[in-house]
Amino acid sequence: MMIIFLLPIVQLLLFGKVINTDIQNSRIAILDQSHDNTTREITSKLVSSGYFVLGEELMPGDDVEDVFRKGQVKMVVTFGSEFEKNLERDGKADVQLLADASDPNTARILTAYASGIISDYVKKEKLQNLQLPNQIKTEVRMLYNEGLKSVYMFVPGIMAMILMLISAMMTSISISKEKELGTMEVLLASPLKPIQIVLGKVTPYLLLSFINALTIILIGVFFFGVPIKGSFILLMAESFLFIMMALSLGILISTIAPNQMVAMFISVLALMLPTILLSGFMFPIENMPLPLRILSHAMPPRWFIVIIKNIMLKGTGILFVWKETLILMFMTFVFIALSIKNFKIRLE
Amino acid sequence: MTTKIIISGSESPLLRRGLGEAISIQHISKSYKEVQAVRDISLEVQKGELFGLIGPDGAGKTTLMRILMTLLIQDKGEATMGGFDVVKDYKKIRNMVGYMPGRFSLYQDLTVEENLNFFATVFKTTVAENYELIRDIYVQIEPFKNRLAGKLSGGMKQKLALSCALIHKPEILILDEPTTGVDAVSRKEFWEMLKKLQQKGITILVSTPYMDEATLCNRVALMQKGKVLDIDTPRNLVDGYTRKLYAIRSNQMHHLIQDLRSYEKTDSAYAFGQYLHVTGKDDEVEATEFENFLMKKDHENLEVFDIQPTIEDVFMELLHEG
Repeated sequence: MMIIFLLPIVQLLLFGKVINTDIQNSRIAILDQSHDNTTREITSKLVSSGYFVLGEELMPGDDVEDVFRKGQVKMVVTFGSEFEKNLERDGKADVQLLADASDPNTARILTAYASGIISDYVKKEKLQNLQLPNQIKTEVRMLYNEGLKSVYMFVPGIMAMILMLISAMMTSISISKEKELGTMEVLLASPLKPIQIVLGKVTPYLLLSFINALTIILIGVFFFGVPIKGSFILLMAESFLFIMMALSLGILISTIAPNQMVAMFISVLALMLPTILLSGFMFPIENMPLPLRILSHAMPPRWFIVIIKNIMLKGTGILFVWKETLILMFMTFVFIALSIKNFKIRLE
Repeated sequence: MTTKIIISGSESPLLRRGLGEAISIQHISKSYKEVQAVRDISLEVQKGELFGLIGPDGAGKTTLMRILMTLLIQDKGEATMGGFDVVKDYKKIRNMVGYMPGRFSLYQDLTVEENLNFFATVFKTTVAENYELIRDIYVQIEPFKNRLAGKLSGGMKQKLALSCALIHKPEILILDEPTTGVDAVSRKEFWEMLKKLQQKGITILVSTPYMDEATLCNRVALMQKGKVLDIDTPRNLVDGYTRKLYAIRSNQMHHLIQDLRSYEKTDSAYAFGQYLHVTGKDDEVEATEFENFLMKKDHENLEVFDIQPTIEDVFMELLHEG
């Protein structure tokens, strides 16, 4: 009963807080080849704007892509050499904004904000003295997704969502259906072991989900032109891991839910909404308030989406996603352990 | 392989079975939160017996059966099935008992044949292996073997459920209200099948809210509100009923029962089909006394006559005393 009144409140707060495309505290890296007053001031302007946090200072010669592969930094700001000199002498200077466009929306906003701040600075601080037209050249480059195609973002997101839906929701519903229709009573009264009952219910969904994952990837690649820069085998292995995680989550839900309705409800509430809202699929996690940011760590799709984007768009290997992989493995383990603990060999 | 079975007391399970008890229930109690479903029930079912749990809804029949089926754990007391403890040896019991829950519990979206094959596989056997046992029942539903179980009629569903419960040749069969919601003809057929199964040596514990089915059992336990009121053969129960019983009807049945209950010489009056079954305060009350009283109340087409008691009368009497 309470849920009917609580749900709209929670939803409203969640949506209100989560769905904002404002940028806050996005981590950026600075590659300053000039190290003069102007570049330092621009850097401090960027950081003090509240939109950006200085994540890393790069040295000339550092592998910029490497920074992105680690996934810590969303944008790299590169100042050309002799920035101040050029600006004062010619009224021209080069800044490059390199954004991780595997999340095209964020990349677009980040680069727009940064360009704005830079030109604003130059206009206010420099040009007053110089009386020169604004000739600062901001070059924007979108890494991994030059065309800013949103499908690059949707393919991993949809994959996480569909796999959650099919694996977790269908499993939980199909097992709780047995309880509801009374067939579970007969199965429990039979010599079948719990593991046999559960495997019997789960195996078809494992296959179905795997086919689904494959279909989504194939359509993404051949229809929408999403690249698979990394290893296809690794991609499928990670998908398999995610499916296993979702299945064990589904089993866990079914051990709690007494009937299909409840299983459905928990699945939608606990799986669908968080997958869409809190996984970083649609709305960047950095923008969320702290409690939601912390909560998002518990969302399995969050890690899966990072893994897929890394493998497909950035072409990274297991070395760059081992942490996320371990987290998913750990979650799977926890869900299975809880399911075993919760599974009842009797009614009640 | 040696299997050690620990049962309370010093008797070995084989010895117990030798004594001829298929099911033994000792002081079983079970509550759900506020409701006490079963209160201190003790009873024994002999090997090869057809034993009936008779009582209305809420009597605790299903709870008791679920405890025996190892699906619920009793709060107090002990029970054994075929000598095995229902809590400790639940795995063994699940292998040797056939169970038909009160609700139709087969896969509605599988065909008759698929259901049968499925349950055969669940019990690690095949339909062919035990076909002998279910043949009499299965031939009746075989013409519909490709029909979905959900599309069968009530009687057919019960026959299929019974076939599935028998597929692994159980020693004990537990049937929870198998004839509820089944038409009269199918009910009769169903009981005939149970009799045949009993002849094959299977111990059967069956529950039913229908009193008339009690006479088809070897022995019955009359149950009400979680308690056993009496356990005996239907014959003895009826014979034990010594009160003088009248059947009464008139053209105004609704008024009749109210009038009779207001009559100072009436002890009890219950509707039994077209008649009321009525007992007097003592056995001295004559049929004519009821007749005269009711005539004054403007009842017409009045019929009053002696009648032989049935199990239901016994049950009502037990309730009335309680």
